[in-house]
Amino acid sequence: MAPVLEVSGLSTVFHTRAGIVRAVQDVSFSVEAGETLAIVGESGCGKTMTALSLMRLIPSPPGEITAGSVKVAGTDLLKLDEPGMRKMRGSQIAMIFQEPMTALNPLLTVGRQIAEMVSLHENVSRRAANARAVEMLHHVRIPAPERRAREYPHQMSGGMRQRAMIAMALACRPKVLIADEPTTALDVTIQAQVLDLIGDLRKELGTAVVLITHDLGVVAETADRMIVMYAGRKVEEGTTKDLFADPSHPYLQGLLASIPKFGAGEGTRLREIPGIVPALNNLPKGCAFAPRCSAAVAKCQEAIPPLETKRPGHAAACWVT
Amino acid sequence: MIQYTLRRLGLMVVTLFGVSVAIFLLLRIVPGNIADILFDSAGLIDPAEKQQIIKDLGLDLPLVTQYTHWIVGLAHGDLGYSYVSEKPVLDEILPRIPITARLAGLALLFAICTGVPFGVISAVRQNTWLDYMLRLMSLAALSMPSFWLGLLVLMAFVNWLGLLPIYDKAPATWGAALLMYGVPAATVGLRSSALIMRLTRSSMLEVLRQDYVRTARSKGLSEPAVTFTHALRNAVLPVITVIGIETAFLFGGLIVTETVFNIPGVARFLVEAIRWRDYPMVQNLVMFIAIIVVTVNLIVDLAYMFVDPRIRLRT
Ligand SMILES: Nc1ncnc2c1ncn2[C@@H]1O[C@H](COP(=O)(O)OP(=O)(O)OP(=O)(O)O)[C@@H](O)[C@H]1O
Ligand SMILES: [Mg+2]
Repeated sequence: MAPVLEVSGLSTVFHTRAGIVRAVQDVSFSVEAGETLAIVGESGCGKTMTALSLMRLIPSPPGEITAGSVKVAGTDLLKLDEPGMRKMRGSQIAMIFQEPMTALNPLLTVGRQIAEMVSLHENVSRRAANARAVEMLHHVRIPAPERRAREYPHQMSGGMRQRAMIAMALACRPKVLIADEPTTALDVTIQAQVLDLIGDLRKELGTAVVLITHDLGVVAETADRMIVMYAGRKVEEGTTKDLFADPSHPYLQGLLASIPKFGAGEGTRLREIPGIVPALNNLPKGCAFAPRCSAAVAKCQEAIPPLETKRPGHAAACWVT
Repeated sequence: MIQYTLRRLGLMVVTLFGVSVAIFLLLRIVPGNIADILFDSAGLIDPAEKQQIIKDLGLDLPLVTQYTHWIVGLAHGDLGYSYVSEKPVLDEILPRIPITARLAGLALLFAICTGVPFGVISAVRQNTWLDYMLRLMSLAALSMPSFWLGLLVLMAFVNWLGLLPIYDKAPATWGAALLMYGVPAATVGLRSSALIMRLTRSSMLEVLRQDYVRTARSKGLSEPAVTFTHALRNAVLPVITVIGIETAFLFGGLIVTETVFNIPGVARFLVEAIRWRDYPMVQNLVMFIAIIVVTVNLIVDLAYMFVDPRIRLRT
């Protein structure tokens, strides 16, 4: 099956006083219909900027997409003009954000915000758009959707707002859904519900999901494949199962070792990765992870390692492993 | 909502009571009364005659009694007689009210209709030459005293257009009426306009950074739709509050503007009355202005509630 979303060689920079910040560098991946791809990585590694680049919502200036292509069902979004891109947003590629508390407009009813999306992309009456809003709220399992549609965001809990966001994002049945840390701001039980919901809707509607998170537990439960980002670059890619079982890149090895394991016994310390992420406006010449890597050799300081296939369906960018 | 309105009405009464006490006392702290001024200006020096005037006007009574007389009269719709013209205060004030009301209304309208759009433009075009120019102009408008601005406007009219926007009781045409009211109203409203512009700009910039604006863009909405349906609605909330406060300032500006443009409204009349220590006139005029300001503020608060569901649904 041909992938619905094909990203290749995507690079995004920010022009700042402190120099050029390379937030996303040469990132490629693809997602098939009904598949979930997770993007993981530490805070500041460029996950959100990758997502916003796909939507072409990078604040510009100072941001700029400098290279690459983003194909949704064959159409390269980066080649479209702004009106053309606006038609794609919401109808072909939609996004939900990290903060359900602030992502909805406080002065408009939830129903109206969903209906707005529908009437924007589909030639339907106001009445039909409102009916769709209620239907979508019902779809994301919000009880009493007729009443809830007339409510304002502040009258809903965080989990409910995030469901409403999902309802809005999926109202026009986009081919691709980008979820940027959709559950980080929610408490654990609600997290599971929201993730289940995204999973179910994905199967039902055949949406390709890009799930951004730094929670490896979430990845293990929900993603078919994953890519690991470090300092703006993709450093590893493969099926979730494979990567968890046998990570190639020392960075992912470190991340996996830093997860607390049940039954590891008392007194065993969690391993952490020493050092900090390098500044994106002042990256080292070689591998960005080398300064923190215990396996690093001389070559790592010299040149950026290319992404190599380590096993079928599993690639990593490391000189050593 | 009803409970909130009632509470606000109660607060209004308290405020008005405070204003009445304050203006009553202030007037009597200021040296001299109507008798002194009559005697000074007419050059009379018969102390017995002066005492007679003071007694006739009830100015020798204890302050509390004087105050009670005033308020009780006010409650019965009896505003007393002007010391100067000896006509009923109400008859003196009533014909002047529509003039000032028109001026104030137009000034506020001018301030909102220029301040909000220019503020939005300035924010949307942040850091362009347009933004710099609008900011510079608003700064100039804020720092110009209205008497000076009024004189400048008058001079400009005489110099370049060869006409004077003089007050005319019955203007011949709509255009003449607009000129007659519009020019002074714009002069007095310019300050508020500049303030509203700056506030709209900063509030808009703040709102444009919010997550829900990004959400609106991610839906595929056009920039105008994002700016007007999503951002502006949120950005005007603080502006609404300031409109209430500006109404009070407007009367200060109107005193000057009515004088400069020679308009027979209540604001200029107030200064005249203060000069004569015309107590009933001043007290009642100030109460009248206070009632307007307090009412506008109540309307503004109710409007705020109407726009913001977070407040409407809580109270
Ligand atoms: N407006 C901007 N100007 C300059 N640099 C920026 C700007 N916005 C983002 N960046 C840079 O882009 C980098 C990537 O940010 P991004 O938000 O994508 O990280 P993230 O992986 O989503 O992190 P988190 O897990 O905290 O959400 C950051 O390190 C930041 O320095
Ligand atoms: Mg992020």
